[in-house]
Amino acid sequence: MSEIITTKDLCLWYGDNQALKNINLAIPEKSITALIGPSGCGKSTFIKTLNRMNDLIPSVKITGEVNYKGRNIFSKDTDVNELRRDIGMVFQKPNPFPMSIYDNVAYGPRTHGITSRVKLNEIVEQALKDAAIWDEVSDRLKKNALSLSGGQQQRLCIARALAVKPEVLLMDEPTSALDPISTSRIEELILQLKEKYTIIIVTHNMQQAVRISDNTAFFLLGDLVEFGKTEKIFSQPKDKRTEDYITGRFG
Amino acid sequence: MLGLITVGCVLLITIYLIISGLPAIREIGFVKFLFGKRWASTAAEPEYGILPFILTSIYGTAGAIILGVPIGFFTAVYLSKIANKKVRSVIEAAVNLLAGIPSVVYGLVGMLVLVPSIRKIFSVPDGASLLAAIIVLAIMILPNIIKVSITALDAVPEEYEDASLALGATPVETYFKVSVPAAKSGIAAAVVLGVGRAIGEAMAVMMVAGNVANMPSLFESVRFLTTAVASEMAYSSPGSLQRNALFSIALVLYLFIMLINAALNFFLKKDKEK
Amino acid sequence: MSKKRKFYIFLMRSIMIVTTAFTAILVLFLLAYVFIEGIPNITWELLSTKPSYLEERIGILPDILNTVYIVIATLIFLLPLGVGAAIYLTEYARNQRVVTTIEYAAETLSGIPSIIYGLVGMLVFSNNFGTSLLAGALTLVIMNLPTIMRTTQESLKTVPQSYREGAFGLGAGKWRVIRTVVIPGCLDGVITGCILSIGRILGESAALLFTAGFAHALNNFFTGLRSPGATLTVALYVYAKEEGEFEVAFAIAAILMMLTLLINLSATLVGKYFAKRKNI
Repeated sequence: MSEIITTKDLCLWYGDNQALKNINLAIPEKSITALIGPSGCGKSTFIKTLNRMNDLIPSVKITGEVNYKGRNIFSKDTDVNELRRDIGMVFQKPNPFPMSIYDNVAYGPRTHGITSRVKLNEIVEQALKDAAIWDEVSDRLKKNALSLSGGQQQRLCIARALAVKPEVLLMDEPTSALDPISTSRIEELILQLKEKYTIIIVTHNMQQAVRISDNTAFFLLGDLVEFGKTEKIFSQPKDKRTEDYITGRFG
Repeated sequence: MLGLITVGCVLLITIYLIISGLPAIREIGFVKFLFGKRWASTAAEPEYGILPFILTSIYGTAGAIILGVPIGFFTAVYLSKIANKKVRSVIEAAVNLLAGIPSVVYGLVGMLVLVPSIRKIFSVPDGASLLAAIIVLAIMILPNIIKVSITALDAVPEEYEDASLALGATPVETYFKVSVPAAKSGIAAAVVLGVGRAIGEAMAVMMVAGNVANMPSLFESVRFLTTAVASEMAYSSPGSLQRNALFSIALVLYLFIMLINAALNFFLKKDKEK
Repeated sequence: MSKKRKFYIFLMRSIMIVTTAFTAILVLFLLAYVFIEGIPNITWELLSTKPSYLEERIGILPDILNTVYIVIATLIFLLPLGVGAAIYLTEYARNQRVVTTIEYAAETLSGIPSIIYGLVGMLVFSNNFGTSLLAGALTLVIMNLPTIMRTTQESLKTVPQSYREGAFGLGAGKWRVIRTVVIPGCLDGVITGCILSIGRILGESAALLFTAGFAHALNNFFTGLRSPGATLTVALYVYAKEEGEFEVAFAIAAILMMLTLLINLSATLVGKYFAKRKNI
């Protein structure tokens, strides 16, 4: 399996505060990578670096490299908008736009210049199907997205991210705001999506990491402590700190 | 009991306007009053048709909105989303100043700058015209539009914008395709507020619109509902039909304002529900 | 990125920058124009005398005094009414329906154009007290009620409920709680409301034309209240529109502009001052 994203000595500061310290990580294609660690360990900061969402914060300074398909995403000739199309993102709190379900999903493709009605219909339907929500909303695409339940909203947000045909999907604790039933539906969906997409998911929930991920990275205070196969990390961690964390001694 | 004072005031104003406004309408005739095309209150055979005033008020307000809203709207988006803190606070202070300038000052500057320029640029005999009034009104509603729109745009949750950026939209695309639609009822309220202010303004308009009871035309001297009341009130004698007709005009204006208020409340309520 | 997208972004950005610049330049132009035309005409003689046809002289002292009188008179009535109504609404009113009605009425009042206030003021107050500063002031009281009510109410809402409960818990009566906890808590709102109202009174003209009239007589406070008199704005209108005395009009405009700047500045400073104090 080839690696789609690799980072080299990635460091990040918020002002004087270093949030990521020399992160070296290689994420294999078409797999699920879980990022775990206590709050404030840098895992959310890390995935927001991968699609350069941290650019928006003025005090952020970054050194090192993130290579996406072998090209440094911080280099001058990277078009950040193209990058974000290739590396989609799903947020912690479901955040559909206050528009119709259809317009939510069509927003991305329209932004990238698709205007043909037929083509848009096709993309919207496919994305909603891929996000396993088509059956629930196919008869009310014109309804406001905010009328959906929390779990449905989150799957809609996944559909919205899929509609621009990304290669990688970044998920920042996508189930932390949801009830257990909605959570398990999203987990099922994530497992299905692995066929076509590379998924990097931040999670607080270690069972979730075990259930769905192939690889796990454990972050602590801005350091990448350990990275490897999920079974390995959870059964025989190499580092004492990893062991302490997964056995619930802190965090 | 003190709390009811505002209700009392509204009732007082409404009742007084109805009582003093109805007699003339009854005497002149409803249709003849509202749709009469000629106003000649001091002629030997006086005529009291206020259609010119109604239309002038509507055209004038519409013109001010067409001119003022785009300027105010884009300024608001810029200040709310793009401008850095320093630029924003300086321009906001400027906008507050604009809001605080007394209308007679606008009228004065309009009289001495705008009116002569219109005369020169369009080579018309007199620059005091509907166009001059529209420009002055557009400037006067600008601060309202900007301030209310900024409030609405600032209230758009950041998550919406993040989601749009994460899909590969640029910041500018995000502001116009996500933030603005999310703030649309607030912005609509800003426009309605502007309509209210434009239709109710008297003094500045009186100073630049020329004040002749013509049917509205861009370069013609015109009279608004407000200025129709203001310009004849001083020399009409109490109890005369002329004065009563002025009260009737005020009543018509009041009804317009109530309509606008209702629209405003509708938009504000819609904004709250979200 | 496609050309179309780039063009859209460029276009929107340019429009925003142009409109914002337009707004800024407009304000600068207005300030500069009024000051350049007005300040040279502000002389000590203008400020300190009353107009006299015999000496062919225009003085605006009466108008300045009238403005001061009307501000004072309006605030005397406005403060107890507005603050009282706001306190009643937030502290006493239980019936939600009554509260909504009152708030709706306040909103309606703030949307009514000043010319309508002028007419009703003329019918109600001038017909009883004669065309006088008092009639004008009473009209302005109604106009400014919503402003002061709103600012007071907003600051009352920021007084934490726990303070009130704390005071009640110590056995304080309702009125005592209001006096010791609530009123100090809404001071910033009252002051902001006052500043805004003063600004509005200074700028008002249409409502005063038919209620306070446009005399330029020199009076003391109490005679002044009972007699007609022009405020600065009304005087500006009369000098510009009726008499063609543009130099005087611009002098007044410059004075009004300075007052507006002063009002805005003090509103900002007061806001900052109280925001700081509340944070501690």
